[in-house]
Amino acid sequence: MSVVEFEQGGMAACPACVVVPLAQQQAHVAARGRLMLSLPSAHCAACISTVETALAAVPGVDSSRVNLTMKRVSVDAMADVTAEALVAVLAGVGFEAHELDAGLLSATETDRQGRELLMRLGVAFFSMMNVMLLSVAVWSGAEGATRDMFHWISAAIAVPTVIFCGQPFFRSAWAGVRVGRLGMDFPISLALVLASSISLFETIKSGHHAYFDAAVMLCFFLLLGRYLDHRTRAVARSAAEELAALEVPRASVLEDGVEVVRVISEVVVGDLVRVRPGGRMPVDGVVESGASEVDRSLLTGESLPVFVGPGMVVAAGEVNLTGPLTLRVTAAGRDSSLHRMADLVAVAESAKTKYTTLAERAARFYSPLVHILSFSAFSYWMWATGGDLRFAINISAAVLIITCPCALGLAVPAVVTAASGKLFRKGLLIKHGTALERLAQVDCVVFDKTGTLTMGAPELVDLMAHPAWALEVAAGLAVGSAHPLAQALAAAARGQGVVAAEVSDLREVPGYGVEGVWRGEVVRLGRADWCGAQALAVTATYLSAGGETQAFAFADRLRPGAEAAIAALMAQGMRIKLISGDVPGAVGELAARLGIADWVAGALPAEKVALVRALTAEGRRVLMVGDGLNDTAALAVAHVSISPATALDAARTASDIVLLGQDMTPIGDATRIARQATRRMLENFGISAAYNVIAVPLALMGAATPLAAALAMSLSSITVSLNAMRLK
Amino acid sequence: MEILSILIPVSLLLGGVGLLAFIWAMKTKQFDDPSGDANRILMKDWDDKPKQ
Repeated sequence: MSVVEFEQGGMAACPACVVVPLAQQQAHVAARGRLMLSLPSAHCAACISTVETALAAVPGVDSSRVNLTMKRVSVDAMADVTAEALVAVLAGVGFEAHELDAGLLSATETDRQGRELLMRLGVAFFSMMNVMLLSVAVWSGAEGATRDMFHWISAAIAVPTVIFCGQPFFRSAWAGVRVGRLGMDFPISLALVLASSISLFETIKSGHHAYFDAAVMLCFFLLLGRYLDHRTRAVARSAAEELAALEVPRASVLEDGVEVVRVISEVVVGDLVRVRPGGRMPVDGVVESGASEVDRSLLTGESLPVFVGPGMVVAAGEVNLTGPLTLRVTAAGRDSSLHRMADLVAVAESAKTKYTTLAERAARFYSPLVHILSFSAFSYWMWATGGDLRFAINISAAVLIITCPCALGLAVPAVVTAASGKLFRKGLLIKHGTALERLAQVDCVVFDKTGTLTMGAPELVDLMAHPAWALEVAAGLAVGSAHPLAQALAAAARGQGVVAAEVSDLREVPGYGVEGVWRGEVVRLGRADWCGAQALAVTATYLSAGGETQAFAFADRLRPGAEAAIAALMAQGMRIKLISGDVPGAVGELAARLGIADWVAGALPAEKVALVRALTAEGRRVLMVGDGLNDTAALAVAHVSISPATALDAARTASDIVLLGQDMTPIGDATRIARQATRRMLENFGISAAYNVIAVPLALMGAATPLAAALAMSLSSITVSLNAMRLK
Repeated sequence: MEILSILIPVSLLLGGVGLLAFIWAMKTKQFDDPSGDANRILMKDWDDKPKQ
């Protein structure tokens, strides 16, 4: 298996396989019995056997099973086998794996519902096929006793089927009636009940027409729509839960000088917490001892690391870069600044659920119309025939069956399923049911900078501007540090074939930089003030050597596809805005590079929200793309929002769509596909309306035979499904 | 027309067998990992301990 295959596999077929490069917290707690690992890069038969063989070789593992659809592996193992060990084993055979919190993945309830729907769908299909077979005989002219027998057999199949398969509709219709609201399910239930009972009555009276086939077919097509809808939702939900489950929050607490790993909820104010370099602050706190630099980009959008020392305040979510820190906890768990932000989001979220979908609007207009039509047909024929109840009920049942929103029930779910499948293959996960429709209305896009348009990883810009000796010394010093700037410098130097100078006595001074001895002279690479240099306006690291100082400037690396996405959005006539918490220098430079004229720098979270609100007040529909905690509230306020999978989980929770890969190009496609999907939905409504326009007058005149009803229903359902699949 | 008394039960029976097979497949969770099962059939390795 080649490397290329792995890369392609990262974005393969199903919405539950989620690539999340965030693996800050390592898995460590021993599991009882079953472990769940997410396996985002698995995609083929060879992957299954590699993973299962590798895991089977681990002592203590009883069995393991890869679920390729969900991109997970569940492992049955002894209690002493840790997820961490398994992750290491899988990394050894070339698979990225993350521990999943099995408790959070409570997919059982949705699984049960899905299975129940599938069961009803299967039963409805069986009955439909059999009743159809019998109906063909009646349509082709069976007479007298033969027709009665066929009707009786049909009744014996259809009546139990309607009772069993119609339950989801009956239940939801009843729930609607109880709160005084007539949804789409009320006319459906009415049609099912009326069609079955009138047919049973006709059968007893050995009448000509029975609508058993129509009733069962109605059941089948509507259940199909319901099932598609359920599946799209369930898969998106399980993937979203998987994202949430990825960050298993733990902290190492110092107790009498001993480090104990605790779950975040058990950490209390006043505890001492230790944070290693590379780790994320689990709590809000004050630095007790140690010095380091922290990366606040997820919280504030600043791309430049900030120095922290004893007595300084750090907030949960910041990343510790260079030295170990010991914090005195000031707020943990629910009270931490991270959580307070998430609560704000929850408030904004509830506003979003008020969006009325196309289907709801259609139903609101449609269901009264159906009842009025059917009732007026009934009254007219009662009057015209001089009180022939049987005939009048027959007509009104036929009207109900023909107008029944069979195609309408399929029109939206089929399009949504097709569109979200398409977007998923491009690397976008639709989390929210109405997100697709909202995305189609967008006319203004607001981007965040750090971590969204850029990778949040620095890149040396002016490598060649420095004398060769300075580069060599800097490279020699840089290898001694794990700081992102130092690593970027070392990588850039290596890329240019610079041979690192021999620097002895390398020593990292946490929070400041690296120091060493080169040709008998102390040389330093690090912060401006520490190296005695003049600080630049952009992100930079400084070298003091040979009696002078050199500044190495860095630019944030652009996210792949950012240029393409922005060009595509501009071509679609969107207004583009860049808003960042970073310094004007860095923001302006990036805006110029991407051709964005409209940018704001140094924005606080509240200002971002205000800006999105102002745009909304102007009548714009805003798409917010952001990843940081500082974007979270803006993400929730915007009409629709997208965040990359690397975002903080609060931001991911607040957004409607998650970008799974690193590449940003799909955003341009997403708006196009969303618009197309909405157009298809409207077309589908149009198609089913057109069928009704032809068939309803026939039914009203009493000319709708069961054959005509069956034809109209199946033709319209098939047309809307085919139309949905036309999505490009 | 007497043939109907044989053919109709036969057709119902066959349909019923299909329905039962479907219900059984669903109860034994065979629809949980469709793409995995599609790929597993292509695996070459010999399974010494097949899953029960």
